[in-house]
Amino acid sequence: MSKSEGLYNSGVLPPEMYEKHEPPKELWESKKNGLVFVECPQRIPCNPCHTGCPTGAIKEFADINDTPQIDYEKCTGCAMCVAKCPGLACFVADLTYGGDEEALLKLPYEMLPLPNEGEEVECLNREGKVVSKGKVLKVVEPWKDKTKVVHVVVPKSFVMEIRAIRVVRSR
Amino acid sequence: MSAAAEAAFFGAKVMIVDSDLRLGGQLIKQTHKFFGSAFERAGTRGFVISDMLLDELKGYGDRVETYTNCTALGYYKDDGVVSCMEGEENYFKVLPKKILVATGAQERLIPFPNNDLPGVYGAGAVQTLMNVYGVVPGKRILMVGAGNIGLIVSYQLLQAGVEVAAIVEAMPRIGGYWVHAAKVRRLGVPILLEHSIKEALGKDVVEGAIIQQISPGCGFIGEEIHVDCDVICMAVGLNPTCELLWQAGCEMKYIPQLCGHVAIRDRSMRTTNPNVWVAGDAAGIEEASSAMVEGRIAGLSMAHELGYVEDKEYREKSALYWERLNALRNGEASAKIREGIAQVLMESSGGMER
Amino acid sequence: MELIREHPVLEFRHGRLVKFTFEGREMEGFEGEPIAMALHANGIRVYRETPEMKRPRGFFCAIGKCSSCFMVVDGVPNVRTCITPLKEGMRIEVQRGKGKIKLNHEGDPK
Repeated sequence: MSKSEGLYNSGVLPPEMYEKHEPPKELWESKKNGLVFVECPQRIPCNPCHTGCPTGAIKEFADINDTPQIDYEKCTGCAMCVAKCPGLACFVADLTYGGDEEALLKLPYEMLPLPNEGEEVECLNREGKVVSKGKVLKVVEPWKDKTKVVHVVVPKSFVMEIRAIRVVRSR
Repeated sequence: MSAAAEAAFFGAKVMIVDSDLRLGGQLIKQTHKFFGSAFERAGTRGFVISDMLLDELKGYGDRVETYTNCTALGYYKDDGVVSCMEGEENYFKVLPKKILVATGAQERLIPFPNNDLPGVYGAGAVQTLMNVYGVVPGKRILMVGAGNIGLIVSYQLLQAGVEVAAIVEAMPRIGGYWVHAAKVRRLGVPILLEHSIKEALGKDVVEGAIIQQISPGCGFIGEEIHVDCDVICMAVGLNPTCELLWQAGCEMKYIPQLCGHVAIRDRSMRTTNPNVWVAGDAAGIEEASSAMVEGRIAGLSMAHELGYVEDKEYREKSALYWERLNALRNGEASAKIREGIAQVLMESSGGMER
Repeated sequence: MELIREHPVLEFRHGRLVKFTFEGREMEGFEGEPIAMALHANGIRVYRETPEMKRPRGFFCAIGKCSSCFMVVDGVPNVRTCITPLKEGMRIEVQRGKGKIKLNHEGDPK
């Protein structure tokens, strides 16, 4: 098993698959509020990302088993899908947020403790390794169903790495 | 519950017998949001779906009678009597006109030294403990199996504040949905492919485990790895609970893709015993959304057989349910299910064409 | 008791706290919840000793199907403790071996 097979087969998107899941570069860099990317590479029967999308950016599924197709022009980065997706596979990155150094990620969060606004948290990559610190801007609950979306400011170079946060507090 | 709701909707009287202390089966243990489409209540958490079904049943009032902590012990083929035991001592008999066996599944165990030690728990048991009764299952868990159950329960353990040391999976890839694996991986839980448990350690209770890599020929290779854990959670598959179906004389067939012996059935979920239907995991291990649709199909068919549903409405509604079931089973993760179903579905005596 | 105090999704609504005994030791658990769960919350893992090999057993399936959690409850052996509700004052004991059924004068159980 190659390294990238080993990653993919255990639920980690290998680097050579990033590009396929990224929004078009130019639009992404200029879109205020950010664009969605959905890391859902397997055909499974599921469509709440579409039914929960208020702008139609996540297109209707011809077959419910299709993987999500996105019309990036329509995406407003609202992150409703981030909180709706049962697989927690939707993420939003706003590259316009912090100049050349920083970007804003909107990540799904269903753990405890909840981070506070302004709190410094650990940012984890797809394998759960700490790759940087991040600063929490806010925590919202779009569907009032306990799935939170954490808005976290991260180093821009790690946008395609960071997929989770961990709250670390001394007891 | 789905079958009961469907049959009661058309006016049939339904008696539900469940060995658990409350209705809902495995749904009450599921904290994650369900897949599927809006019809299967996609995006809604499992335990919430269970509450919705309970409300639906309550809406039918006296038409639905419920017995919990009550086990259906046996089916007597000669007169069609079902014997039941409420609690551990109160026995009674029931003579239903039609019977649905929706008994679910039971957890498998794999052989390894000390697999009987307290602390080696089925994944469903761990879910019951932490998600239904709010009891901390242990301090550090080793999960065996990366199918959907192993992946989901690992995530639920993290939500309950319990550390998951690792998930070991004998196959070279995860068996469950990729997105479920991604959820636990990004929180730092390793998934060790081509690894299995070799031995549980401990005298009276689990105090650790030895895991090791396995080669495709199924032998252990490489170095033994010691895992510090106090619970070993087994998520190595399920077997359909089919005793009542055997007793009812239903024609049974061993179908590896459906994880065991299952009843031959027609498209109305009716078995070869004309008074017995089957649905859910008891009809073959699949998943909850399709189990609920199967229940609807069975409930509809039973109500139709009892004369509560007009032929035309029956045909239309049945076709609709099958469309949804087929859609659910159309993904790459359901290839095995499709193969399995094809082997047990008979061209019907009492199903669609009537 | 080892209970989950906070959960990101679930809210636990326990019943009344009642007293029971395990091997003569007084413990507390929630009324109506399965005996096996109450014991686990009290740190008890060993519920039974096998007849031949005298090996310790705890629960396994927790849905009343596997018989791993058989115990003696109020003198009655082979009780599936994972689906038997806890009641105030219950006497719960580790089951050693197959358990004995108490007979009355006529030879009927109990």
